[in-house]
Amino acid sequence: MHPAVSVIFFTVMSGAGFGLMAMLGLGLPLPAEPVFAFMICVVAAGLAVAGLISSTFHLGHPERAWRAFSQWRSSWLSREGVLSVVTLLVFALYGANWVFNGERHLVLGLVLAALALLTIFATAMIYAQLKTVPSWNTWLTPLCYVAFGLASGLLLATAFTTGNKEALGKVTAGLIILAWCAKYMWWKRADNVGFSDTNSDVGTATGLGTIGSVKLLERPHTGENYLTKEMIHQIGRKHAQKLRMISKVLGGLVPAIIAALVWITGAPTILLVLAFLSMVAGLFAERWLFFAEAKHAVSLYY
Amino acid sequence: MTALPTSTNKKLGLVIDLDVCVGCHACVVNCKEWNTGGYGAPLSDEDPYGGNPTGAWLNRIHTFEVTPEDAPASIVHFPKSCLHCDDAPCVTVCPTGASYKRSEDGIVLVDEDKCIGCGLCAWSCPYGAREMDPVEQVMKKCTLCVDRIYNENLEEIDRTPACVRTCPANARHFGDFADPNSDVSIMTRERGGIDLMPEMGTNPVNKYLPPRPKVRPDQAPALTAPVVKAEGGLLGWVDKMLEAL
Repeated sequence: MHPAVSVIFFTVMSGAGFGLMAMLGLGLPLPAEPVFAFMICVVAAGLAVAGLISSTFHLGHPERAWRAFSQWRSSWLSREGVLSVVTLLVFALYGANWVFNGERHLVLGLVLAALALLTIFATAMIYAQLKTVPSWNTWLTPLCYVAFGLASGLLLATAFTTGNKEALGKVTAGLIILAWCAKYMWWKRADNVGFSDTNSDVGTATGLGTIGSVKLLERPHTGENYLTKEMIHQIGRKHAQKLRMISKVLGGLVPAIIAALVWITGAPTILLVLAFLSMVAGLFAERWLFFAEAKHAVSLYY
Repeated sequence: MTALPTSTNKKLGLVIDLDVCVGCHACVVNCKEWNTGGYGAPLSDEDPYGGNPTGAWLNRIHTFEVTPEDAPASIVHFPKSCLHCDDAPCVTVCPTGASYKRSEDGIVLVDEDKCIGCGLCAWSCPYGAREMDPVEQVMKKCTLCVDRIYNENLEEIDRTPACVRTCPANARHFGDFADPNSDVSIMTRERGGIDLMPEMGTNPVNKYLPPRPKVRPDQAPALTAPVVKAEGGLLGWVDKMLEAL
C-alpha cells in the first residue's frame, strides 16, 4: 500500500497524544502548578490535533471532512472521527478543571482514559477491518497501535513525573518492551500470511484456477493507474530489513535503555523527553513499513 | 446511509462470458466515453497525449494465460468492472454515506457531492473496481449506466449499460439476477457461472462464465477425410485417367 506521509504522521502523533491523555486521566503523578498543567494539556491536545489535521491532508476534499462524523454505525473511520472529537471534548473539561481548580477529577479521568484508548483502537480498526490486506486483518493490529500509543504517551508523561522514579521507570521500560513484543508477533505473522488467510490467489481472483495455472499475460493498460500506484506500492519494500532495524533501535532499544537508566541510576526523568523523540522517530519507520509492506488483494490482477 | 439494504427488489448486474470475449477493449472505450459525459463528474485523464498517460477508468480488460496440466496454454481476456456485491465492503467502510447500495435494484453508487476522497472504499474492494478521479478527487466506479438503463429518451435497445450495448462479440449481458427466468439467471445456471474471490465474502452480483473446455489439437478430428477414390461421373473419369498416367 502507498505510505502517505500524512497518514503515517497522523497515526503516530495522535496515537502518542491520546496515549498521553490516557496517562493524565489515569492520574499519573505530575506537578500541581497550573502553568505546568496547562503546558502538558496543550502538548497532549496538540499532538492529537496535529495528527488529526494531518490526516485530512490526504483527503481529496478536506472541506467536506465534517461529513465523516455521520456513519459511525457502520464505518470505523467515522467512529474514529467521532471518538477523537468526544475524547478531546472530555479532555478539555478535564484539563480546564485541572488548570483552574487544581483538581484532577478521578471519574472524569477514568472516562477520559477509556475514550482515549477506544480512539486509538478505532484508528487501528480502519486498517484491521480490511480483508483485502491480509497482513493488517488481525487483532494484533489494534494491539500494536494501542500498545505503541500508550507506551509513547507514558514515556512523555513520565518525563515530568513527581512520583516514584524507580517504579515508573520500570513500568515505562516494561510497556515499551511489551509493545515491541506485540509488534514482533505482528511482523512474524505478516511475513508468513501472504494471501493464505483467505486462500486467495490469481486462480480464485479470475475464477480460472479450476482449469489450470493462471498467469498474467497483459495488463489492461501500458501505464500505471490509481490501483497500481495506491495498492501495489513497491519502493518501500526495497529497504524493508534496514528500516525494521532502524525502527527497533530508535523505537524500542533506545527509549527502553533510557527508561532503565532512569530507574536504575536515578538520572533526571527529563531525559525521557529524548527517549520519546527517539521512539517517535522509530515509530515513523515502523508505520512507513506498515503501509509499504502491506499487500492488497487487487495485486493478484496485476 | 452506508448500511447495506437487507435485501433488494431487483439484483441488476452483468454476466461476462470469458469464452466469448475477444479482448477488443471496445467496452472499455465505450464505458469511458459514456461515463465521461454521464453520471457525475467527467472521467479525467492526466497527460493523455504525453509519455505517461494515466486516468480513471471504470472497466478494464486484463489478459491471462491459463495452462491446464495436460493441455497447451490458452489465452483468456478478462473484463473487470464493479460487481455490485450484495455484501459490498466499499459501502460499509464509507465514513460519509457517499457510498451506497440501492434497495430497489442493488446498484452500488457514489454520491460524489458527499465523497471526501479518503480512498478507504477502494482499499476495501478486492477487485480494484473503484478508482479515484485524478482531477475531481472523488471516487469513481461503474454505475451500471444508471443514466441509460432507465432512460426513456433512449431507444429501448439502448437501455442497457454502454459496455453491453457495444460488445461486438456479445460477451457481456445485462439483467436481473433476482428473476430466476431472466436471461442472465438462465445463462449463469446453464454455464456454471462463478463468483470472483468468493472467499472475500462480498457475494458479488456479477457472474463470470468460464471458458468452455477446449479441444486439444492432437485430439481434434481431422477436418476432411482424404479422398481415396471418386466413383463415376466426370470426376471419376478424370480420377481414372490421371491414375493411368
